[in-house]
Amino acid sequence: MNNFEYKQATDAIDATDAVAASEDAMFIAGGTNLVDLWKYNLVHPKLLVDINHLHNHKHITELENGGLRLGALVTNADTAYHPLVEERYPLLSKAILAGASPQIRNMATNGGNLLQRTRCYYFYDPDVPCNKREPGSGCPAMEGYNRIHAILGASDQCIAVFPSDMCVALAALGAVVNVSGNNGERSIPFTDFHRLPGDAPDIDNHLHHGDLITSIDLPVRGFAQNYSYLKLRDRHSYAFALVSVATALELDGGIIRDARLALGGVAHKPWRMHEAESVLIGRTADEATFAAAAEVILADAKGFKYNNFKIELARRAIIRNGMMALNPETQLPGAQPSA
Amino acid sequence: MVGRPVSRLEGKLKVTGAARYAAEYDVPDLLYGYVVNSTITKGKITRIDVSAAKALNGVLEVITHENRPDVASVDLKYTDMDAPPGVVFKPLLDAEVKYNGQPLALVIAEDFETARYAATLVIIEYQEEPFETCLDHNLEKARKPEKGLATMLKPPPPPPTGNFEQAFKDSPVKVDSEFRHGTEHHNPIELFATTTVYEGEGKLTIYDKTQGTVNNQLFVANVFGLHYKDVRVLSPFVGGAFGAGLRPQYQLYLCVMASLFLKRNVRVVLERKQMYPFPHRPQSYQRLRFAADANGRLTALNHLAISEASQFEDYVETVAQWSHKLYPAPNTLFEYKLASLDLFTPLDMRAPGGVTALHAIECTMDELAYEASIDPLEFRLRNYAETDPVTGKPFTSKALRECYMRAAKQFGWEKRSPAPGSMTRGNKFVGYGMATGIWDAYQFPSRVEAMITQDGKLVLNNAVTDIGTGTLTVMTQVAADELGMPMENVTFNYGDSKKPFSMFQGGSSMTASTGVGIVVAVKALKKKLLKKAKDIDGSPFKNVSGEDVAFRDGSIFLRRSPSVSVSFQEIVAANGGRPVKTTNMGAPHVLKLRKYAKATHSAAFVEVEVDKELKMITVTRAITAVAAGTIINPKTARSQITGSMVWGISKALHEETILDEKLGKYMNQNLAEYHIPVHADINELDVIFADERDDLINELGVKGVGEIGLVAMPAAVANAVFHATGKRIRELPIHFDKLL
Repeated sequence: MNNFEYKQATDAIDATDAVAASEDAMFIAGGTNLVDLWKYNLVHPKLLVDINHLHNHKHITELENGGLRLGALVTNADTAYHPLVEERYPLLSKAILAGASPQIRNMATNGGNLLQRTRCYYFYDPDVPCNKREPGSGCPAMEGYNRIHAILGASDQCIAVFPSDMCVALAALGAVVNVSGNNGERSIPFTDFHRLPGDAPDIDNHLHHGDLITSIDLPVRGFAQNYSYLKLRDRHSYAFALVSVATALELDGGIIRDARLALGGVAHKPWRMHEAESVLIGRTADEATFAAAAEVILADAKGFKYNNFKIELARRAIIRNGMMALNPETQLPGAQPSA
Repeated sequence: MVGRPVSRLEGKLKVTGAARYAAEYDVPDLLYGYVVNSTITKGKITRIDVSAAKALNGVLEVITHENRPDVASVDLKYTDMDAPPGVVFKPLLDAEVKYNGQPLALVIAEDFETARYAATLVIIEYQEEPFETCLDHNLEKARKPEKGLATMLKPPPPPPTGNFEQAFKDSPVKVDSEFRHGTEHHNPIELFATTTVYEGEGKLTIYDKTQGTVNNQLFVANVFGLHYKDVRVLSPFVGGAFGAGLRPQYQLYLCVMASLFLKRNVRVVLERKQMYPFPHRPQSYQRLRFAADANGRLTALNHLAISEASQFEDYVETVAQWSHKLYPAPNTLFEYKLASLDLFTPLDMRAPGGVTALHAIECTMDELAYEASIDPLEFRLRNYAETDPVTGKPFTSKALRECYMRAAKQFGWEKRSPAPGSMTRGNKFVGYGMATGIWDAYQFPSRVEAMITQDGKLVLNNAVTDIGTGTLTVMTQVAADELGMPMENVTFNYGDSKKPFSMFQGGSSMTASTGVGIVVAVKALKKKLLKKAKDIDGSPFKNVSGEDVAFRDGSIFLRRSPSVSVSFQEIVAANGGRPVKTTNMGAPHVLKLRKYAKATHSAAFVEVEVDKELKMITVTRAITAVAAGTIINPKTARSQITGSMVWGISKALHEETILDEKLGKYMNQNLAEYHIPVHADINELDVIFADERDDLINELGVKGVGEIGLVAMPAAVANAVFHATGKRIRELPIHFDKLL
């Protein structure tokens, strides 16, 4: 950890100006990931711009179009337990509560959740090569212990996965990220927010240096009747997903009228594929239908020595989670498989 | 008080934060050391440049192999009480790098953050050499271990009996299985830390995280050429250690070196990841071939165990022979070998060797029971050893049968249908598994000072630590009973090398060791008190003997006429106000015990649920019955066993240090990725203590509880997973995806 300057920002413009002005400046909100990265010697901010006093971004408000705006500085816990989120977007609430620990969720903010870095072991060790940390240095994960790594959308540079649970639900729900930057404000559809590693695995998303997430907008439709989030991992809490699935359905009788399907723990970003959702629409909500969608979304999946199991696991998880979405009341805490 | 569930006496200090640990002592003008660790696995340092670090404001010194002060040059001086055969590793000795994360420099600064930052400015260049770190790829290098002092506690396997190969070939029922375990690290929550107070020329007071104050006192004195009496090591509170504190760790060495070098008070705290280039549970490979006759009686046992060793020390465990301590068989062949790798020396970690072996043994027994179509519990009972199968000697006590029966009944074992996958609950398969546990009953010599002070109260002194097991509470109970005194009038001082001798705290040995020391010392104190009472003018005790008096509530009474008494306060007053004291050594009755075999036993029963499609595993309930002689404190003993059961679940399903053999280093060096169970993983746990009376083992009838709660659990979980799914996963931890 290095010495640094500290500045408390008064508003979003003050904050973005301060960070944009210096290559080595970073925002800090909850700090639940940044402080780890810093202590591990992976980042070295020389200026820390504290945005915790930006009170305008600490609210959850109803939008005129009937949607909901989640302030970037609302904590993950306050979001998950907000009555409007619980009532209208229970998928999001469940996904948030499947992540991290209560202590971390009490500190972590919504904006920060989108910006967390991968948990790839090799990325976290500054003494070994990593293309994400040091472009061009290599990727020991490909030939190493890659149990937690990607099966979709990876490149020959990087097979890391994005660790968030919350973002899987946001991708499924079709959220929009509002950003304040040097060139004013703009909105980014959620599925376009994060990027695949390609040949620049060091870049996780489409923000520019100095861009500040101010809020996340949820569309009107929250799929509150038929939804489920399932998280499969090596212990029942406080572990990142090996595979997670967000499923949201709109049913008419037994027929699926609209569907959302997104995977976590399998790629460099929350993995949502419209073609797979199209497979579901118009069909009976049963195991065969969910299996058909799984075939499509996993068609290009590619495993490595230690994570090949994720392909079959994801297929089964998509089927189970589809069935769980038909009876949301059967869901257990921690997004565990239904009993 | 013995037998009562007394709560920990220091509990309030711990939960309120008042208990101070090694890194928490307020010391004036303290300097902070931060370690620079090797980033390569093997090779030589070609250049080490500390100029940028030293130039930083607040940095006092950077100690490396180039400028370190002189230390002992004789290898023997580094040999602590738990050192295995070989040459002890010496930090900052020379430019050689022998393992990844090896400490290479210590930066010393006015504050911790400056030291940590300065450490990033130390430039080290290396010449790398090829290395080997994976046991599985080096099994052909396996060889017999060196013998040494450690062999006394951990004997090599006994010689073969009968003709194993022939018997195995001829037996109708047989199993041949391989088991693989990865590395595990102790990962106590309290980080390893040392605070050294420089008390003047050659004199040190050291607050250290250790399981052995005397062990580390001797180590420091020997290595740095100090007088024993000038080195005092204190460790009153230990936030877990699990074996990692049995040997002096590198932060102690470096902290003392810096303190002597700068003649200042210095603290060195390791970060979590700096505790991975540490001793650890070794990687192991085991092959077991067990056979039985048509009636389910074992005919042949072969257990080959290969473990990892470092390039400089032959750490050994007792692995290969445990099956024959549990089950008789006429033909046996046990082999234990080591393969040297470019890793740091392994070290005892709760139930060292035992839990490694028993996972393999008890899974093989389960498999054999299935081969013989006999219920797994019935199979164990058919092979029950009434006397020690190796020596034929009787046990001092053995209530294993009671453990089996009581645990099986409470668990509902009779409801089990044997076919794998035959029991279900909603979306889950349900599996029942059981396993047997065994562990040694150790006792070490322990010297205790006992005294009655002016206020008539009992004070005891002993160098032992309390590593969180409840030693303080248990020892106070033992002493209170022995002197017929309420616990609040007993003070037990411990965790201080200045107090009379104690071995390091390990192997579930301390209740027997220190407890017997206390019994012996308090018995001697009683004699002395009576003698002093007789010396009082007009004493009514002049002509009575020890049998005629009783000690109760701080007084000596005549048994026949209890109104005749003298209080301890009066005795001390008559002694000129000087405490009446005595120091005595408690020791095992080696000669008497030579005629017997001694062990603690357990039986674990586990229920798991395995999701039918997704295969996620949940341990829904577990019961362990333990036979360990007298239980002094059922509450702290229960905590030891439930803690061990959680560890057993951890070992079976979660815990692993991930080794990347191409890089030669551990990759999950933090508690987020080194998985141990969280609350959501632990459901119903229960503990049964068998009524096992043991008048032979020692004065207290105590055999020790700790490791015995762990040894049976991993196999019981693995057997339950087999019962649920029909799959034998012989590599730990069992990743649920192996069941897909």
